[in-house]
Parts: sequence; structure tokens; C-alpha cells
Amino acid sequence: MELWDMKGHQLAEMIEKKEVSVSEVTRSVLDRIRSLEPLLNCYITVLEEESQTLARQIDKYIAQEGHPAPLTGLPMAVKDLICTRGVRTTCGSRILDNYLPVYDATVIQKLKDQRYLPVGKANMDEFAMGSSTENSYYGPTRNPWNTERVPGGSSGGSAAAVAAGEAIVALGSDTGGSIRQPASLCGVVGLKPTYGLVSRYGLVAFASSLDQIGPITRDVQDAAIFLNAIAGHDVMDSTSVKREIPDYTKALVDDVRGLKIGVPQELMVEGVEMKVRDSVNQAIELLVSLGAFCEETSLPYLEHSLSAYYIIAPAEASANLARYDGVKYGHRARGSRNIREMYKKTRSEGFGAEVKRRIMLGTYALSAGYYEAYYGQAQKVRTLIVNDFRQAFQKYDVLVSPTSPTVAFKIGEKVDNPLQMYLSDVCTIPVNLAGIPAISVPCGTSDGLPIGLQIIGRAFDEETILRVAYTFEQYFGFNQSPPLTNPGVQLTEDQKSQVQMSGEGRRR
Amino acid sequence: MDFEAVIGLETHIELSTVTKMFCGCSTVFGHPPNTQVCPVCLALPGSLPLINRKAVEYTIKVALALNCQIQSFCQFHRKNYFYPDLPKGYQISQYDLPLGRNGYLEINTEDGTRKVRIHRVHMEEDTGKLIHSGLTGRISEAQESAVDFNRCGVPLLEIVTEPDLRTPEEAKIFLSSLRNLLQYLEVSDCNMEEGSLRCDANISVRRGDMDELGTKTEVKNLNSFRFLSRALQYEIERQKKILAKGGVIRQETRHFDATTNRTTSLRSKEMAHDYRYFPEPDLVPLEISDQWVDEGRRSLPELPGAKRLRFMEGYGLPEYDAEALTSSRAMADFFEECAKRYHRPKIISNWLMGDFTSLLNATDTAVERSKVTPEHLTEMLKLIDEGVISGKIAKSVFEEMFNTGRMPREVVEEKGLTQIADEEELARLVAEVIAENEKATGDYREGKGSALGFLVGQVMKKTRGRANPELINRLLRERLGGS
Repeated sequence: MELWDMKGHQLAEMIEKKEVSVSEVTRSVLDRIRSLEPLLNCYITVLEEESQTLARQIDKYIAQEGHPAPLTGLPMAVKDLICTRGVRTTCGSRILDNYLPVYDATVIQKLKDQRYLPVGKANMDEFAMGSSTENSYYGPTRNPWNTERVPGGSSGGSAAAVAAGEAIVALGSDTGGSIRQPASLCGVVGLKPTYGLVSRYGLVAFASSLDQIGPITRDVQDAAIFLNAIAGHDVMDSTSVKREIPDYTKALVDDVRGLKIGVPQELMVEGVEMKVRDSVNQAIELLVSLGAFCEETSLPYLEHSLSAYYIIAPAEASANLARYDGVKYGHRARGSRNIREMYKKTRSEGFGAEVKRRIMLGTYALSAGYYEAYYGQAQKVRTLIVNDFRQAFQKYDVLVSPTSPTVAFKIGEKVDNPLQMYLSDVCTIPVNLAGIPAISVPCGTSDGLPIGLQIIGRAFDEETILRVAYTFEQYFGFNQSPPLTNPGVQLTEDQKSQVQMSGEGRRR
Repeated sequence: MDFEAVIGLETHIELSTVTKMFCGCSTVFGHPPNTQVCPVCLALPGSLPLINRKAVEYTIKVALALNCQIQSFCQFHRKNYFYPDLPKGYQISQYDLPLGRNGYLEINTEDGTRKVRIHRVHMEEDTGKLIHSGLTGRISEAQESAVDFNRCGVPLLEIVTEPDLRTPEEAKIFLSSLRNLLQYLEVSDCNMEEGSLRCDANISVRRGDMDELGTKTEVKNLNSFRFLSRALQYEIERQKKILAKGGVIRQETRHFDATTNRTTSLRSKEMAHDYRYFPEPDLVPLEISDQWVDEGRRSLPELPGAKRLRFMEGYGLPEYDAEALTSSRAMADFFEECAKRYHRPKIISNWLMGDFTSLLNATDTAVERSKVTPEHLTEMLKLIDEGVISGKIAKSVFEEMFNTGRMPREVVEEKGLTQIADEEELARLVAEVIAENEKATGDYREGKGSALGFLVGQVMKKTRGRANPELINRLLRERLGGS
């Protein structure tokens, strides 16, 4: 087995036992990046030199000090909207094409304390707005399972990199499904923690009341290890919660006996593909066979999730993105005659179509005379959804559903139909509105494309969803490898020629 | 036709906290541009605000001192608009849940004490400062504009009155009472030149017999007491003229131009911003516990009204004196320090309201920065009582102390200002004066008492004011005989 194809915890063990050096692991992943990046486009910025230098330093540290932390030296992809000091952070947008943060996000600081090893900044939908990574100034990322398909989004670069061996683990962010849905479409594990568990300081905001950082990994154990590293109160983020953080790896027990699982009908919606529905039902049967109690249930207000989300998220985004005005940093249009024109040209040139669409939606929803009908109403619906979940969790320990109603769709298939695209997140969005945690684990394939099972838990009860996911993973035995990752597979000329990067942004 | 003006004031006060409203940057005024900034107040991507507890405490104190109801569950909102001095593209402010509501401030006008109702007291953050190159200094005609973000994020208090003021004079009294109160609370230096106290006014005019309010205009940029009066006078006259001619007032925002003393239209109601307020999702709602309010209440100092009464009752000062001395906390403290060292409060009061105040005004000095301390003044008063210097000499001693900060005894000795107490020497001078002023002595002897004053003055002149006037009086009478 190649180093790039191994799980994080396997590599960590080998590194600790000095069976392999961090430099070797890094080289293996960088080789993989070199050979696949022209096809997949997982990264906006690859830290080729920096990561090798850092790997040597970490090897030296391990040689001298001995004890590496669980994430020490594991090549990581960092979604390009998490601020990294001195490493450009574009958010997939022209408006921040050359933006160099002067500070590290709190999660990055925490990972630095573990001597993590970033290999690059991962591609994404511009400002995390999208479900396919097609809305990137730097061109779309391709799904390693089928390069004509999208990897999902917005953390598509992160998920594809982990699936393809271009990273061992990855950081993503999830506002309406942006970790779980790409994890599902790429056949990897994606965890969205409870709102407030992981600091948002340094995460470039899309919708502040919904955004949450989380891990994308090859298995549940890696997700638990990763969560241990990033969870916890941060004084810099008032919305981060003060509470005792457990050791999440302790939750990795393959036992679901007596656990009560609810299956919300509202998340087995019409648009769910037959094969996806079948796989999820089989997954449920497996859990039942392992001793879990399972039944259908109803959370009636969930059907209004999408409508509420597409008011609240754009409303917050319309304010969050106002700072990109060409005055202080980022892109500034040339040749403006006055300040209004500078704003107009800068933002017209700097933002892509989807971002503009959402800024307009949000601005409209907050406008005088419309506020109550839209934003006010959406907040009320949000409260009802929170109550629905609260009631469900009085009865059930976890809820399960498909992560995405479909498997990976074709590149270009939904770009002209935003509503169709928005439906990709129909199963994940309610979770963000309620601020609760959920994890996506692979539960099958359809025509060679992965399907994801979403497991939803109570607020701050990441332990139970990790436990269910871990148990399922142990007994299900998903074949991790997309065809690309079979050792020895070379890109055919055909595959190479099908690569036409439509993005204008310059990757590095 | 009789018209009545109706005025409401909206004041913005920079709180004198050490750090900014939502980050740890310093709030000190006057440092080089963009040296007091960080990712938060520069609105760098990914940064998040943190509430400054001290600023909330200050606001609680102000709300209590203004007799407001304190909102136990209060929230910050985003106020959205684009301007280069507003780096986030929105200002974090308060909207429908301000910290304080429904209060009042008592002011003393010529017609007695009046309650001016306070509509709301809320917290927000200040903006940066723009500097435009070009002739007009306005952004529309600027060649280049520069932004200084040092001020950006400084805690700002907004205090809005109900439309309870009727004249420019009342508005001025209100603003100065408010400033005095805030200085008493030590929450702001209220320095108008440095922009730590700024004021806008809502003005309308109605016929005297109407209950309904007329259409109002909002006048901005009233950043000194002088501007406030002038702008209000101009705007009230402007509206009266329009109404007298049967015209209609346009609801609009107007700008006061201090060079022309006029207000000009800035934007009409139709052009008014839609700020699209919504709850700030980066901050959890602020719960103001009863305990917090109680702590605020306990930490309130004695406020001007109470102090005025105490000065009258405790020191036996006339109301006029008590009012004048308590109109600034620094002056009141100065007085009390003096009163601890010297037993005649009214004498102290006379000196503070007289010579001290005129010297402060003439040199544009704040009480706190004066070189004269309570020790200076009381030592000098003791010298008068001991007969070392005359009251008249004391005036020049006081001025000397004010300019140099030297102690009275030093000044008196160095300049040879001690009183001539030697009767023989004075008697010689009195004889000289009598000899030199035959007419006056004649007049006196013929019964013109007023001539004596002239003669005393002549002796004082010879001594350069150093003689004891009572002694001279006695000596002259003895020499001249008669009444």
C-alpha cells in the first residue's frame, strides 16, 4: 500500500514508531498531487516547497523530542477560506486573489501546536456558496471517482483531495452541507460539529450563524482524532461555547445495541434517487441487525428548511461580504471616477455570478418593508425547526438520512439551474439551521459513485454520532478507493485532454 | 402668527475606555494614522468582534444616571451601509433592544427646572476618519482620499432625547448639562474639539396653537456649543419663513456649514439610507443581570443635582454659587479640596467664581490642568487673614501663581509684596500725602467724607498697594481730626 493511500491514524502510528518519516509521507502525497492535480484541480495553492521544508523540521523534532501528536506531520488540505498567515487565502474568489492573511485562524493555531503539515489550500465554491465547486474563480474540481462529475461543494477540493490521496486529511467548512455533501459525493467521512464547538475566528464568514469548521477524513477514527485537535472554547469567538471537551476517540466503540434511531420522513424526500434510498435503508437494516432500535418519524417543519435557509444565509452573507469594497485589501477595479463607481466596478469584477445572486437575495430580504415577511419569518421557521429536532431527540439518540439526495452529478449539469443546485443540500441544511452535529459516512455506491449516510445528533453530542458512524463503518466495510487511486493507474491521453480548466484564476 | 420650535437632540459620545468596543486596540487620540488597528477593527476577513465589558458598564452607569429603564436582554444589530471609513460595510450598533430607554435629564433654565425625556441610550462603534485631498475637502471632489482607522471601533454612546426642547438656548443648556453629567460619571472626556462629543438635531416648527408636530429636518455636524446655537437659530428661522409664506417643509437631512452659518440640504427623505438592520450573528445577546445593574448603581458618584443641594446645605453657599461650582466636576472637586483646608467656603467660592474662572477662560485652561491647586489658593487666603498681604495684592499673587505654579509665600517674599505693618512708616507717608493734597484735605475737613477715599488711594499708591487700608484710614482720620 502506498503511503498516500493510508488512513491518518495508520500513518501516525508508523511515524511514532519511526517506521516512516514525515518527509517520506509528504513526498508520497506531493507526488500524487503532481500527477493528479492537472486532472482534478483540488488545490488553489500547493505548498510544495514549504511542506517539504516543514516535513524535515518535523522529522528533526520527532528525532529529538520523540512524541508526535496525533496529527503531527499528516499532509493536510486546508479549505481556502480558513486564514493562514502569509499563505494566500482566496475563498475561491477573484476579489481575494492576492490576499495574504496577517494572522492564523484559531483552528490553524491549534493545528500548528500539533505540528500539522499543510500541503495546500483547497479549492472551493466562491465564498463557500455552492454545492459543486464549480463556482470557483480557479476552475472546477473533478470527482476522483468519475472526472466528469462534480465532487460536491463547497468543500469539494478538500473532499476530492482526501479521496484521491492528494491529502491524508482535510479541513472544510459547513454552512448548509459544505462538508458532508462533498464527503458523501467523494466517498469519504465528513463531520460538521455543533455550532459553537469549533472556533470560527479566522474562518472567512459566509453566514455567521450557520458556519462551522470540521474535518474531512478517510475514516471515522481520523474524524474523531481531528475533532479532538480543533474543538474547544476560544476567547476570540463569542459564539464558541465554554464546556468540557471529551476525548472523542473514546466514543469509537463498535456497539449500537439499544440505541434509538429515528428516520425523518421529510429527509427521504421525493428527489432522493432510488439507489440512494436503497443504500440508506440497507444501512438502517445493518444498524438494526447490530441491535439498534429504528423507526420512521416525522419532523414536520423540516420541509421549510430550504426556504428559511435561502433567506437567512444570503441575508447574513450580504453583510459579511460588504467588506470587500476595494478600499482596504483584495481586488480593486481600475479607472473609477468616484467612490460609488469604485465600489460598483470592484464588486462587479471581483464576485462571481452565484455570490452576486446571493448578495442580491440577502439585501432584498433585509430591505425595509420586506424584513418581517422574509428574514423575520425565516427566523421563526428556524425556531420551529430547532423545536422539531429537540422533540425528536427526546425520543431518539440519533437521526439518520441520506447526506445527499443524489450521487455526484455531471459537471455543468446544474450550473444554469440554481434551484436544482440548491436541492443538493436539502438533507443537510436543517442540521445547520438547528446548530446540531452530523456526520456523513460512505454507505454504498451507485454506478461506481459513492453514497453517503448522514447521522445527526443532539447538540454537543458528537460522541454518539461518532459511535454510530464508527460501528457502521466497521461492519459495512466500504471500499475506499476511487478508480483513480488504484496504484499504477496512469491518466490516459484522453483523460488529460478532457481537462479544460474554465477558471480564470491563477493556481499556484 | 406665533411659531414654536420643537427640538430633539441626538448625541454621540466616545467612551473613555482604554480599549475599543470590539477589540483590544488602544483608543488614545492623536497617534499616527493606522497605528492602533488590528484584524478586528480593520475588518480583515475571518475576524470576529468581542464585547468590551467596560464599555457596557459605562453605558449602564449613564443609563442609570439618566433615569432609564435598563434592558435586561439587549442585542447588537448590524447597520448596513457602504462608506470607506466603515471597514466592515456595517456598523455594529443597537436597534430595537437598546441598553437604556425612557429616561430623563433635569435641566435648569431661566424658567426653572425642566425634565427633558431621554428616548434611548445605546452602544455602538465609531468609524474611521477620512482625509480628502483637493480644494473642498469633500469626497466627491477629492483627488485622493486616505483613511485612518485609529478611531474605528472606539466605543460610542448614542443618547437620543424626545422632542422636548423648545429653544436653541434650552438645547445648549441640555447639552452642557449632559456633558457635565458624563464628566461626573467619568465615562468620557466629552472633548468636542477631539470629536468625543458630537451632536445632531431634529428640528421642526409648528404654530403655537397646534399639538401636532411639524415636519422635521435633521441637522448634522453641530460639533460645538456655538455651532449648535447658530445652526438651530438658522434652521428655525428658515422653517418659520417657509411656513409663514404658506410653504411646506421637506423632510430631509441637512448639513450645517460653520463658515457660512447656514444649513444646506444633504439628502431628502427619499434618498435616506435603508440600513437593513438585523441582529449581529457574531455576538450572542447581552444579558444585563440585576447584579450588574446594582453594581453600576453602587458605583455612581454623587451627581450634579445632589451635589448642588449639598453645597448649599453643607457649606451655606447661595444657590448661584452652588450651581456655578457644580457645573463641572473638576471645579466642584477643587472647591471641596479647598474647603477641607480653609474654613470660610464663601470666600473660596468668590475666588473660584471670580479670578480663577476668568483666568481659566482667558487662557483656555481646564481646571484639572491649572497650575494653581487647592493648596495654593488656601495658603494665599491664610496670608490675607494673617494680614501678610492685602486682598488687593492677593489678586496679583493669584495671577502669578496661576502663571507659574509657585506657592504664594514664595511669590510674596520675592516680589516684596508683604503689607507694611509698621505704623511709623505709614504715618510718615500719611503726613506726606496730607501735605501734597491740600484741596482734598480741605474738602474732608469741610465735611466731604468721600475725600477720605481719595487720600487712602494716594497712600496706597505710594506703598504700591502694600498698606493695610484699615490702618491708613485710621491714621488719616487721626491726623485730620474731625469726624
